[in-house]
Amino acid sequence: MNITVKLFASFRTGRFDIKTGDYPAGTTVADVADSLKLPRTELGIMMINNRHVKLERILAEGDILALFPLLGGG
Amino acid sequence: MSTLQAFLKEHADEDLVAWEHQVEASRRFGLTITETEYAILDNGLLPARYQRNRRTISQSGQRMLFQSQVAVIGCGGLGGYIIEELARLGVGRIIAIDPDVFEEHNLNRQLFSNPANLGKAKTEAAARRIAEINPAVTLVPIQAAFSPENGVDLLGDCNVVVDALDTIQVRLELAEVCAAMKIPLVHGAIAGWFGHVATQFPGDETVQTIYRSWKNGKGIEQALGNPSFTPAVVASLEVAEVCKLLLGQGTPLRGRQLTIDLLSMEMHVISLFEEHEEKS
Repeated sequence: MNITVKLFASFRTGRFDIKTGDYPAGTTVADVADSLKLPRTELGIMMINNRHVKLERILAEGDILALFPLLGGG
Repeated sequence: MSTLQAFLKEHADEDLVAWEHQVEASRRFGLTITETEYAILDNGLLPARYQRNRRTISQSGQRMLFQSQVAVIGCGGLGGYIIEELARLGVGRIIAIDPDVFEEHNLNRQLFSNPANLGKAKTEAAARRIAEINPAVTLVPIQAAFSPENGVDLLGDCNVVVDALDTIQVRLELAEVCAAMKIPLVHGAIAGWFGHVATQFPGDETVQTIYRSWKNGKGIEQALGNPSFTPAVVASLEVAEVCKLLLGQGTPLRGRQLTIDLLSMEMHVISLFEEHEEKS
């Protein structure tokens, strides 16, 4: 199935801004994050089609997944 | 024997009272600069220092700002710029809370830090700076760590609280205290080229929503650090939110997070509530 992944802020470094790829059925948000070597501890807001989701959420054909890193500095 | 009111009106240029006349009025009538500022604003006049505000903030708005109390939690990268801008804006009372002293690695970005005050309290540096730039404003320095235990005492009577913290754990605690006290909270965070801002109104779970994936530890700032410009940008956005909240004007970032990417020069607004995930 086709999934479009949008990365933000530091997640873009050495990766991409937006990319559509073919993923097996049953792929979760965690699977995508792992495949991109995004450390779990750095994951902040995660959205599918503008809805907030959690790591274990299973993606569907045509979904747009947006991943933002966790920012905590001041 | 002239009254204070007569003195101010006599020396005003149209409705503007120059600093030298504010100082002279204070001396002549035995008042503090702060008391004289109240008298100026209460008489429909404007301290001349605010003349470039006036097409943005009305005379009555300027009076409203001077009657306001804002707490800034953290006096580091964000907090320094936030306090500076609030004082220049004319917010009357600023509670500045931070337990730390300046260290050398603060010098790249923290506005009140300099080589001479390394090892000195950040809150004391803030108080000295505000006394220099706007003596009418009262800065209350509190050299302590914000916690749920002291939070209610520290934030009592505040109209707005500003998050300039550097840990996610304490941010979540601050958000809870503000929610319980029904005080709006302007939240900001930074890391490297990146930052975000959102405003939590009483009853909202803004900060909890933003950090729902957080388990423990720091964010990406631990690896990226913070340069000089990111705190200045995010602090300014936070102060704009504070100004709107105090004046009751404009559209705040309620239920929305503004994300800032200074490397790509992109800003995005993410909805935090309207399309919240169904329960899983």
